[in-house]
This record gives sequence, C-alpha cells and structure tokens, in this order.
Amino acid sequence: METILETDKLTKRFGQFEAVSNLNLRVRKGSICAFLGQNGAGKSTTLRMLLGMMRPSEGAAYILGLRIDDEADSVHIRQRVAFVAEDKHLYDYMTVQQILRFTKSFFPRWKDGLENELLQRFELPLDRKIRKLSKGMRTKLALLLAFARGSEFFILDEPTEGLDPVATEMVLQAVVSLAVDGATIFFSSHQIAEVEQIADHVLMIHNGKLVLDSPLDRIKDEYRQVQAVINRPVQEHDFKLDGVERVYVDGSTVSLIVSHNVDAVMDRAHELNAISVEVAPLTLKEIFLETVKARL
Amino acid sequence: MFRKPNPASGIPIYVQIEEQIQHAIETGALMPGAQLPSIRSLAETLVINPHTVARVYRDLENGGVIEIRHGLGAFVTEARRPRVRTGQMRSAQKLVRTAIKQLKALGLEEDEIRRLVDAEMFEHETTSGR
Repeated sequence: METILETDKLTKRFGQFEAVSNLNLRVRKGSICAFLGQNGAGKSTTLRMLLGMMRPSEGAAYILGLRIDDEADSVHIRQRVAFVAEDKHLYDYMTVQQILRFTKSFFPRWKDGLENELLQRFELPLDRKIRKLSKGMRTKLALLLAFARGSEFFILDEPTEGLDPVATEMVLQAVVSLAVDGATIFFSSHQIAEVEQIADHVLMIHNGKLVLDSPLDRIKDEYRQVQAVINRPVQEHDFKLDGVERVYVDGSTVSLIVSHNVDAVMDRAHELNAISVEVAPLTLKEIFLETVKARL
Repeated sequence: MFRKPNPASGIPIYVQIEEQIQHAIETGALMPGAQLPSIRSLAETLVINPHTVARVYRDLENGGVIEIRHGLGAFVTEARRPRVRTGQMRSAQKLVRTAIKQLKALGLEEDEIRRLVDAEMFEHETTSGR
C-alpha cells in the first residue's frame, strides 16, 4: 500500500519546550485518517511543519515521497496537496465567483462537476464579496476551493468547525466522495462523532507524542470496558496485564479500560472469583478521554 | 432503504450495515437477484468510509449472502429460499415475544431488557472469538 505521508522522528522544540516529540506516523493512500488531540497537544505544530510553514527541529517528513524541509520539494508538495486550515486565506475583496475563477486557473484537474454540486449544496452566493460572507460560508467556500482541485491528498485542519449539522454532513459526504475517487484525506478534528463516522484510521497526539495509532476497526474490535464484581479486596496490580490501560477500584466493583487482550482480563477476573463480569464496547470519545487521562 | 448507522452505538458500523442488508433480504425488501447499491453510492448515501462498505460486501460475499459480479456490481444470491427464512423469523418472533413477557413479569423495564440483551450478545460475540 502506497504511503502518502510519513514522518520520521519528527520533532519541534521551542526553547526547552518540546511541542512535538519523535513523531513517527504513516498515512496510506486512500485512507481517511483522523488526527486527534487536545488543544496544545501538538496538532497545529505538526500540521504547520508538514505544510512547510515551520521548520522541524529534528527528524523528517515526506509527503508523496517529497521532503517537507526541502525548498524545491516543498513547492511541489503545495501544488499537489490541498490544505484547508482555520486561517483561511481568502481574498476578501473578491466575490465568490471571482475567487472560483481565480483558483481554478491554477489547477488543470479542476472538477467542474464537483464545483457546481458543492456550490448548490453549500448555497454559496456567487456575487457576494467574500468579506460579506458569514464564518460558516467562508469555511464552506474554502473547502470547496480545495475539494474541486482534484488533488490526491487533502490536509484539513478542523474542517467542520463552526458548521451547522446540515453543512457538516455535506462536508463529510464530500470527503467520502473524494476518498471513493482515490484521494487521501488527513484531517484534524475535535468532533469525535464525525471521526467515528468516516475515518478508517486514527492518530492521537498528546503532549507532543503519538499515543494512539490504529485502524478504527481494530480500536472498535479490541477496546473494551470490563466491569467485574469481586467480593474480596482487589488492588490495581492484580490486573497488571498486557492491554489493561486503566483500573478503577470502587468498593467491590473493578472497572477496567482494555485496549486489547480482553480474554486474558476476563480470565483474571474469574481467577479472582468474580461474581459477575460484564464486557461493553467503548465509544471513541471514551477512548480519547481515557487515553489522555492515563498519561497525565 | 438503508438507514444511516450510529457511529457511537458500540456496534461497529460494518456490523450495523451488514445487519441492515441481511434484514432487507430476510424481509424481502431485497429479493434474490436484486442489485445492491455500488460501494460509492452506499458510502455517499450513508456518509461512511468506502472501506467499510467494501468490507461489508466482502463479508456478505464470504457468507454467500451476496455475490459480486466483476464489473457489474453486487447482487443478492439467487440460492436463498425466502419462505424458509420467513418461517424461521416467525418462530423467532414468538420466542422473543415470550421472553419479553417473562422478563417484564420479573419486573424489568424496557431499557433494562434491551441492555441485558445487548450485553449478552456482546459477551457472546466476544467469547465466541468473532
């Protein structure tokens, strides 16, 4: 499987503070890959490095096989990768129509069909000046300008932030269409429900380090919450097993967050004469919250 | 015909879609030989990852429920005998009705019954090494 994005010990320091530490991640072609993390965890810094806006302190990264820290390569990257971030650089004085024509001229593989479809669905008024557009409309326009480009790789920084549920669903649908056409999408988001809906791979960054890197299917298949009722004193280290991420003991109830190996955990509970053992799935939100907690 | 899955339900999306398709076949909404939507179409309509749809179709093909004809699409297999399935569904319905009656008689509320069933199915799924 072709790798579209790859980082190798990518690191960024600001003085003594390490904002991104030794990041090793890989995004495969055709993947819709989500990049999760709290504010200040290192997401934006990582994205800025990938887009050549910030130089890494150490390590390297390759997009479409090109080096992000090489000037010539960087130009090629920006031609082939569409990036949408919060500070959407739109020319305020232009109308929607004008910026569409302007942008289209740079991209020979522009998708007219998609442009028209999104214009209609997003209900963007062609004659209105960009400075008069609402925040939500600016977001939709920025996404349209990126999506219609026919790029093979999209890097989206919180693409649905500030959008109402209807617009959000349209954006997610557009992302799915891009993926069906073979594009790769790498997006950061705080909307965990959306991530669960369309992502096939999840990366999570916390305090500058990668703490989760897994196909979403595997997370769903293997992460479990186990609750056992054990009528004798139990300590955390009774459950020190591979796969156990967290142990909470509350009276005779032991709750465990398990990332894999749930069978062994259930066996241990039975060994300890548990009177009941319940296994339940975890939502991605719960996994996110627990993963962040575990590393405080 | 297909409802958008609930990503946070705890049941993986691919399982939800597989069950919807199975259900559609069992109830006759999808007849033997009927064509299923393309991967693109289903992914865009349900707004889910196309790999998930691909997985669903692969699983269903492995289970003999559908067949993928190269270049043409996915079709419900002809070998199904809907009448037999309907009969089984009727017996299943009777079993469930009786069970619900008995559980209510024990004093359980509806959502308690649902939770109990979900937990049992989940444990069954986990321990049967799915």
